[in-house]
Amino acid sequence: MTVTATDLLLEATDVSKTYGAVVALDHASLSVRPGEVHALMGANGAGKSTFVKILTGAVTPDTGRIVVRGHERTSHSPAEARRNGLVSVYQEPAVIPDLDIRDNLRLTATPVEPFRHWLAELGLADLRLSGLARRLPLASLRIVDLARALALEPDVLLLDEITAALPANLTERVLQVVQQQGADRSVIFISHRLIEIAAICDRATVLRNGETVGVVDVTAGSEDRIVELMLGEAATAPRLREAGAGEAARKEQTPRLSARSLGDGRRLRDATFELYPGEVLGVVALEGQGQDELFAILSGAERPVTGSLLVDGQAVSLRHPADAIRMGLVFVAADRAEALLMQRSVRENISLPISARIGHWGWIDLGREGRTVHRAVETLQIDARAGSEVRRLSGGNQQKVTIARWVAAGVKTMLAFDPTRGIDIGTKNQIYILLRELAAAGAAILLYTSELKEVQLVCDRAIVIFGGEVVAEMPAAAADEVDLLRAAHNLMPGAALPEETTAGTPAAKAAVAAATDEAAGRP
Amino acid sequence: MTATTGAFGDGWLRAATWRNLFRDNPLIPLTILLVLLVIVVELARPGTVNTGWAAFTIRQAAVLAILAGCQTLTMLTGGIDLSVGYVASMAGFVTATFVHQPGGWVLGMTVALGVAALAGLINGIGVGVFRVHPLIMTLGMGLVVYGFSNVWQLQNVQTGSGVPEELRWLGTGLTADIIPNNLLVFIPIAVILILLLRRTGYGRMLYAIGDNPVAARLSGVRSWQVIVVLYTISAVLAAIAGLLQSGLSNTASVTLVTPYLLPSVAAAVIGGTSILGGRGGYSGTIVGALILTVLAGFLSIILPEPWRQIVFGSIVVLVAAAYTRVTAES
Amino acid sequence: MTSAAGTVDRPSLTDRSVGAMRTVARNNAWTLGLLGFLVVLLVFTKVVNSNYGLSSLQGTATSVLPLALAAVAQAVIVIAGGIDLSISSQMALISCVAATMMKTYPGEDVAVAIVLLALLLGLVLGAVNGALIVLTRVPDIVVTLSTYFIWAGFALLVRPAPGGSAAEWLKDLVVGSLGTDLLPKAAIVLIVIVAAIWIPLSRSRLGLSLYAIGSNRLAAFRSGVPVDRTKFLSYVIGGLIAAFAGLSLTASTGIGTPVPEPTYTLISIAAVVLGGVSLAGGIGGVFGPIVAVVVLQLIRDDMTFMRVNPNFGLVAQGFILIGVLVFGSLIEMRRSRS
Repeated sequence: MTVTATDLLLEATDVSKTYGAVVALDHASLSVRPGEVHALMGANGAGKSTFVKILTGAVTPDTGRIVVRGHERTSHSPAEARRNGLVSVYQEPAVIPDLDIRDNLRLTATPVEPFRHWLAELGLADLRLSGLARRLPLASLRIVDLARALALEPDVLLLDEITAALPANLTERVLQVVQQQGADRSVIFISHRLIEIAAICDRATVLRNGETVGVVDVTAGSEDRIVELMLGEAATAPRLREAGAGEAARKEQTPRLSARSLGDGRRLRDATFELYPGEVLGVVALEGQGQDELFAILSGAERPVTGSLLVDGQAVSLRHPADAIRMGLVFVAADRAEALLMQRSVRENISLPISARIGHWGWIDLGREGRTVHRAVETLQIDARAGSEVRRLSGGNQQKVTIARWVAAGVKTMLAFDPTRGIDIGTKNQIYILLRELAAAGAAILLYTSELKEVQLVCDRAIVIFGGEVVAEMPAAAADEVDLLRAAHNLMPGAALPEETTAGTPAAKAAVAAATDEAAGRP
Repeated sequence: MTATTGAFGDGWLRAATWRNLFRDNPLIPLTILLVLLVIVVELARPGTVNTGWAAFTIRQAAVLAILAGCQTLTMLTGGIDLSVGYVASMAGFVTATFVHQPGGWVLGMTVALGVAALAGLINGIGVGVFRVHPLIMTLGMGLVVYGFSNVWQLQNVQTGSGVPEELRWLGTGLTADIIPNNLLVFIPIAVILILLLRRTGYGRMLYAIGDNPVAARLSGVRSWQVIVVLYTISAVLAAIAGLLQSGLSNTASVTLVTPYLLPSVAAAVIGGTSILGGRGGYSGTIVGALILTVLAGFLSIILPEPWRQIVFGSIVVLVAAAYTRVTAES
Repeated sequence: MTSAAGTVDRPSLTDRSVGAMRTVARNNAWTLGLLGFLVVLLVFTKVVNSNYGLSSLQGTATSVLPLALAAVAQAVIVIAGGIDLSISSQMALISCVAATMMKTYPGEDVAVAIVLLALLLGLVLGAVNGALIVLTRVPDIVVTLSTYFIWAGFALLVRPAPGGSAAEWLKDLVVGSLGTDLLPKAAIVLIVIVAAIWIPLSRSRLGLSLYAIGSNRLAAFRSGVPVDRTKFLSYVIGGLIAAFAGLSLTASTGIGTPVPEPTYTLISIAAVVLGGVSLAGGIGGVFGPIVAVVVLQLIRDDMTFMRVNPNFGLVAQGFILIGVLVFGSLIEMRRSRS
């Protein structure tokens, strides 16, 4: 279907951006019609965020033409982008923490009444404008950011994963508001949740490796096509473990980790579960259900307020990550920026935990270290010289370095928090295989994943966290994506969604549709 | 990673090659800069550059280099030590006041080093345990040490003081008219510092904490321990520098070394150590100290005092800008 | 606070007004506490030295004026997330330029033009600092450390030795009191300068932008704040206030001294921190640092009155500075853990 240029509200063509050796966008394109909600999809690292930043002036593209309402408009700063009618809302709210909300509005010349109107629509009508932004919880700040953007009445509103870490009711409101945008305005919507995309978006542009690989009309059943485009291959992948392996071994042993009613006083309330050596235990949860806090406690980065933790049957009190590491509890972070020394070499990063022990403050045996590092690099198949600066590596290789660090130091228990986030499929498979191998060698692995299909690929069992508690536990064989998703929303497995509780919301409608399809045997 | 076709061949004329060279091996362009500077000195005033000049320059640069070592170490963790000027002066002064006392200057030196270590310990605890900003913490301690020195001075007016002969030999003396005696102290320190940073786990800790304190913590680094030891070492080094300077200028004064405070930071910056932490090293600092000493000496010959300072300041900011350009991610 | 079901609690009406009062109090708690400490100190001073009367207060005000203005200049820059190590040599340069010109072109009327010129020069110095920082992307500490030398060098060029003169009206402006003994002129000068510059600034969008870039540079950028221009302007404003500080030096000493007082920069930073401004930026005001400067000066004066070795005064200042910060950080650590 050909569309003449004047019909489009926004047309971006031939957009490229390279950071040093990394190509973030490769002649990507995007076109948005007036009044539509347009999804921008792609695996992490595919270039979505870079595209958004270019459209809204936070980053200057190397090449590209951006046309808004028929006028050429490449923005060189967020202020200019706003004048051009493009406003974005990011995951990290662009709200100044040390100013109150009213001053934040004045700073950005946002009209107060429209702002209040949108706050009310989004469910925060009673928010005090004189409150310091720093004091508000993250979810409220996101809503404030969104309300601010809406009050500016942009031609194109770009929402970059705004529903991530939002509680369910706020998410509903956000989606409703998004859908209500007038016929003259459009929304570019980035989200990982296919359910949301299916519920509110009209079309979807899919990016892969920085290129636009397809534009899809969002209808029932188009999710598979979208996923296929995102991955570049069929959505099925071989199962990496035989069903039933591990359960027998498990019954005889002391659990490696035993969490009893762990809580941090806030999002984590009462987590109880066990982790056995030789198994990979998956953890599934929607954003912000307490899983971040759980992993922080288990890795020694934070102390629990309630509950207790047993390692190999002994109660322990972890006050610092060093305590956890001494007990063989190692943490692999999702955010590489948090875990890596970017300016230092691969070698230094890998041997960091070894040098950290006070007994190792002295002379380093370079030969022995070299061998250890080399072994780890080989095991992980890291594609870089040991002396290179880590920040020059690709995302996948960087993540491998964070894992290699523990492989080198010896893994007894690995706490892996979304380790494959934002990594290409090839590296992902390598990591899956490695995790299985570590488990086979006797390690216990706790794997939080935001990609539900990983559970059946890699894990032996899975637990689901909702509202700070473990609400379900299932063997991998029973843990397919639909069941996991239901459990993650704290719905009973196997039952259809009751109409009353979440009736009418886009997410619920889509879930009901999916459940009905499944019941009818449709793919 | 993009590679050029080796150091020679068609690669070496491209700016990118030099840029990568500068970034990965800052020592090379630094040494070239030093050599160029010496050539300029000789051209501007023929006859200046001779063994005597070299000896004097190295002798002074050695003291500055030790002081700059304090800054190198602390800057690697993203900190700074503004107390070194006062601590160094205190050390030289206190030692001198013991000259006519029972126990002699050796006792004085021990007291001085002890006080310095205590000051450094307090700095380390403030920065490492209580998370006070290093700028303020070391500034405050510097004032405390300065006040202490002044008090000490008043107590000791009667007994008199003087720089002990041994220190004068060490600080001023030249063996065979060419080799400064203070190299006896400086070279072991330099070797220790370079090896500390490159070949010890402790050195790795400094870089780790400076580059990414969160990652360091998650990998089990207990940074407060590292920091407490760090600032103690820094203060002791400063004291040693103060003793040498006192010997060099045959003066005992409570503000003897304070003019070298900002140059000590400048030497570390020029030497390639980033004030933001996580990057740098001591060998660059040594060359930086040499460059600054040659520069200061040269400027004092050819330029009146005002222009010296102007040129000095301009060069520091220019070199820092060059570093920032070259080491920045694109 | 979000509960498990994911709703956001709505505070009641009484909660909200109590909360509002608490917010205001907390934001100014530090300054109020410092002010309280100052009052205690004044009482202590009177006890220690019964002669300490209003005329001594005038003397204190006059001697404190340059440092107070330096602290205000530093505060503006630190709030925007920067730091200026060159303030003392900016003051020296301005002071020397003013003193030299007033000697070369004597005359009460000409002096007015000279004062304006000096202020203009302050803007230029600040602009150079700001431009270097924004254009080279070198950290503020390193740039201002370098410009410290550059300005000091120019000061020596202008005045190789202390000297020059100051117009009578200028000197008269900062000594003594206006009308009753209760209003030291120096204090009035300080209030007028700070009020004229800071009050309109802090409520304007530029002022909010200063806080914004100090608080969270990325959020400010994404909110559309012109980050580089704001940073640049923070140094320009700092330069202007530093020029006032330099002029007040000339006014109180009658001459210009090319060698910058080494403690000025450091004490301006100390006063800023003691005054409740966060070195990380985004928090604080100018009132706190002014009070802090007075507190520091009074402590020194008290040491003199008590015939204590003034150097103990320095030790005391250092310990107070450290103590206050340790205390402050303990509170911070306790708060973040709860």
